[in-house]
Amino acid sequence: MSNLTNKSNIVSNKKMSIWEKMYLPAVVKGMYITFSHLFKKKVTLQYPEQTKPFAEIYRGKHVLKRDDVGRERCTACGLCALACPAEAITMIAAEKKNGEEHLYREEKYAATYEINMLRCIFCGLCEEACPKEAIFLTKEIVPSNFERQDFIYGKDELVETMDNRIDISKRQSAEVLEFKKNKNFKHNK
Amino acid sequence: MLRVTIDNITIEVEEGTTILNAARKIGGKIVPPAMCYYSKLKGSGGKCRTCLVKVATTSELDPRPLPKLVPSCSTLVQNGMHVQNITSEQVLQERKAIVEFLLINHPLDCPVCDQAGECDLQNLSYEHGLEETRYEEERREFAPVNFGEKIKLHMNRCILCYRCVYAAEQITNERVHGVLYRGDVAEISTFVENFIDNDFSGNIIDVCPVGALTDRTFRFKNRVWFTKAMDAHRDCEKCSGKVVLWMFGDEIYRITGRKDEYGEVEEFICNDCRFENKNVSDWIIEGLRKIKRSSVISQNHYEKLTKQSIIKPIEGKMEQQE
Repeated sequence: MSNLTNKSNIVSNKKMSIWEKMYLPAVVKGMYITFSHLFKKKVTLQYPEQTKPFAEIYRGKHVLKRDDVGRERCTACGLCALACPAEAITMIAAEKKNGEEHLYREEKYAATYEINMLRCIFCGLCEEACPKEAIFLTKEIVPSNFERQDFIYGKDELVETMDNRIDISKRQSAEVLEFKKNKNFKHNK
Repeated sequence: MLRVTIDNITIEVEEGTTILNAARKIGGKIVPPAMCYYSKLKGSGGKCRTCLVKVATTSELDPRPLPKLVPSCSTLVQNGMHVQNITSEQVLQERKAIVEFLLINHPLDCPVCDQAGECDLQNLSYEHGLEETRYEEERREFAPVNFGEKIKLHMNRCILCYRCVYAAEQITNERVHGVLYRGDVAEISTFVENFIDNDFSGNIIDVCPVGALTDRTFRFKNRVWFTKAMDAHRDCEKCSGKVVLWMFGDEIYRITGRKDEYGEVEEFICNDCRFENKNVSDWIIEGLRKIKRSSVISQNHYEKLTKQSIIKPIEGKMEQQE
């Protein structure tokens, strides 16, 4: 059988020679490697003070988007919850009443929308399943917490506010951005 | 008895059988899809054109092919007829065009629609439709209408199959709704929103192939694929009482009739069964309903397999091979 990688060593029981039994050359060789690392670039990062740059499409905490006029895009279709491999998403839908046209985009909206961040594996399948461009993952990290209950994020934490909008255009493919330019389509109105 | 060949499979059927019903006798992939034909409703069919097939040989006496594709739901079989459905490139191409036509005025609001997941038009367009729409004009729009307390009409989604009109005419003793106007402006309506109030009026929800007629008691409560379908029955004076319960946990969200593989209900149920009895204690539950593996409703529903259930289906085949 051939090896999958060339990193494995073949172990044998062969007798060591006197030169090898002295161990001294091996010790020197080991120390040389250790000291040589003193002069190399450090790989550790002083975390809270220093941070690593995030990728543009880092998958962190979710956001529920609003459209240009501030209406919630989510229509509680349940496709994100269906796509979710960890079953982290739950929602309850409600019907839009008269006078709520400025709050919700569609006839139906999510009255409650909860993501259990302990279950979530940040795979981004919810984002991919969403037909309404409502849910996206952001560069924000989900902070640690003491209570399990505090990891269940409701709409108060997920829906973006109009004065602090999150730009997600980097996460969308060129085809989607091209499609969005055509304002004739109902989806883009 | 008449001999008819559909997609190279020959079958003998009685006189007066339509091509569609002959194909359904054979079963399998060669059955043409139907959006408006409903075997339990007299006079239905011939409107949606999804079941168009090619007749290569009209009959033994007249071996010429028919000049155009014919609707299989309303064309009678003749002796020695040769029909092509999935073996004809022309039929498949025209079916694709028909789906595009049906979707011209369909709003594609599946994320909002309660029918999504069990919608005939959704399945049809997945199988035969284009991935994108070429239609850029305005679609016709109507405001949603209530048909009484229990039924909601979304005229936007209607494909004018007339099934609900026939259902109201034939299984209830009074019909108060119908199709008004003609052509592009045709719509299902009750005169002056006269509400539909009859013991069997709820069946127009079941016969609707799209989400035009939906259950108001289930409106936006849940998505069908999150609910669990259970076969159940109860003693009912008005109907057979055989239904499907759509449950979530111990709660009944919706009750419908039992639909067969062609999306037609086996027995029509009354409004008492459909709307009024939503406690588990009202029903004798028979067990989980078999749902096709390809359906989204079977997602995340797992079945415990026993040794018998694995062996049984292949038992016959093993013997054949020996």
